[in-house]
Amino acid sequence: MLNNELPVTRDTLLNEVAARRHQGYRFVTVTCVDLGDRFDILYHFDKDYVLYNLRLSLGRTENLPSISSIFFAAVLVENELKDLFGIPVTDLAIDYGGRFLLSEGSPVAPQRKPDAPPAQPAQTKDGAVK
Amino acid sequence: MSKRTIIPFGPQHPVLPEPIQLRLVMEEERVVEALPAVGYIHRGLEKLVEKKDYNQCVFLAERVCGICSFLHSVTYCQGLEEIMSVTIPDRARFLRLIWGEVHRVHSHLLWLGLLADSFGFENVFMHAWRCREMVLDLLERTAGHRVMLGVSCVGGVRRDISDEGLADILRTVDALQKEFDEFVPVVLNDYSIKQRTVGVGKLTKEQAAELGAVGPVARASGIARDFRETGYAAYGEVGFKIVTETAGDCYARMKVRCGEMYECLNMVRRAVAAMPAGAINVPVKGNPTGEVVARLEQPRGEVIYYLKGNGAKNLERMRIRTPTFANLAPLLAMLPGCELADVPVIVLSIDPCISCTER
Repeated sequence: MLNNELPVTRDTLLNEVAARRHQGYRFVTVTCVDLGDRFDILYHFDKDYVLYNLRLSLGRTENLPSISSIFFAAVLVENELKDLFGIPVTDLAIDYGGRFLLSEGSPVAPQRKPDAPPAQPAQTKDGAVK
Repeated sequence: MSKRTIIPFGPQHPVLPEPIQLRLVMEEERVVEALPAVGYIHRGLEKLVEKKDYNQCVFLAERVCGICSFLHSVTYCQGLEEIMSVTIPDRARFLRLIWGEVHRVHSHLLWLGLLADSFGFENVFMHAWRCREMVLDLLERTAGHRVMLGVSCVGGVRRDISDEGLADILRTVDALQKEFDEFVPVVLNDYSIKQRTVGVGKLTKEQAAELGAVGPVARASGIARDFRETGYAAYGEVGFKIVTETAGDCYARMKVRCGEMYECLNMVRRAVAAMPAGAINVPVKGNPTGEVVARLEQPRGEVIYYLKGNGAKNLERMRIRTPTFANLAPLLAMLPGCELADVPVIVLSIDPCISCTER
């Protein structure tokens, strides 16, 4: 847990980011942490040397709405998330198509942890599936 | 409307020390739009952190950049010290400031030489790099290495500077000041340099704020923001003056960095005078648990380290946002409207470091 942190959802993200802009915050960067079952997406903003953080918990197959329409400076780091973690980011102001940091033949989403295998249905002793 | 053509500028170009490509949309000789393409030097350093002990990663952080190497390792250490509630000795804080500011002088001199090279002023290039040699020699005498100092550690620093070493620093600082007094006014008043930099690559204060510019790029556009103001390391005790300009062009960015070189020398003098005695590090036990965002002012601007530990010896996540990454979007705003011949000067004016941008 970081100081000055506010949890957001995909539905409230853009409104909260726009609110930071109206309050005079500077966009700093976005950090993605792969938790294995979900991603933590942290949006960092600064005003007078104090960081303000938005934390979005994102499912492994969910789309991430781009904030580049609000802070254009975010477009490069959002392309980086797409490259390194394989997160589909929607409505990017400039979409490098997964070729921002990585080139053809590079490993796919190299910083993404392997997805957990789908849960196997439990079986009874006689082999019947529960 | 004139016919539009796209010119790929880089990744191999005589004035580019590191690989970046700018796709320049041109109307005759004028740039209409620019799009950066990176990815030529991505090393996956953030991923490597998951495989290494957090103490080993001090050296890894130092190798993110071959210019501001020491300041990367200090940012990393400061972050871990915050997570692990470690208070470092006063002498270590002062030593970090001295080596950090000496590093800033070497970075700015390297940049000044490269900028002069971009508009063909070889004399300034050679003179700036000759002065930089004095700085690198000083780093070698005090830390044992010219670039990768290897003196940072979680809990302080590994190496002390003796009284003779501090006297050596003062002598070198005085010699550098004499050199600067001779050639910086020449650089700032030279007709040819002004022709190539004044009014070129303008970034307004509003654009700088909107696009998240950092470091000398922001300060040259009138934004008085420098993370050293927060007083980390020993900046609170030593104090410093923020150097700003308002024109927002290549000349203003050059003027800010030249002013900062003088300010670095002054800070080093004050830090040496106020150097406290005592230990240079404290033992650190256990593994980091928790997360933190560590920030510090590098020669190119604010660097960000997000660190997360889960009680294991390896960190769960390290994320680095370097100042050049933040200054790429402002660069795209400086280029439209300029002549093709001005592109190298404008690109060099943000002091790009692509190796650390891609990590």
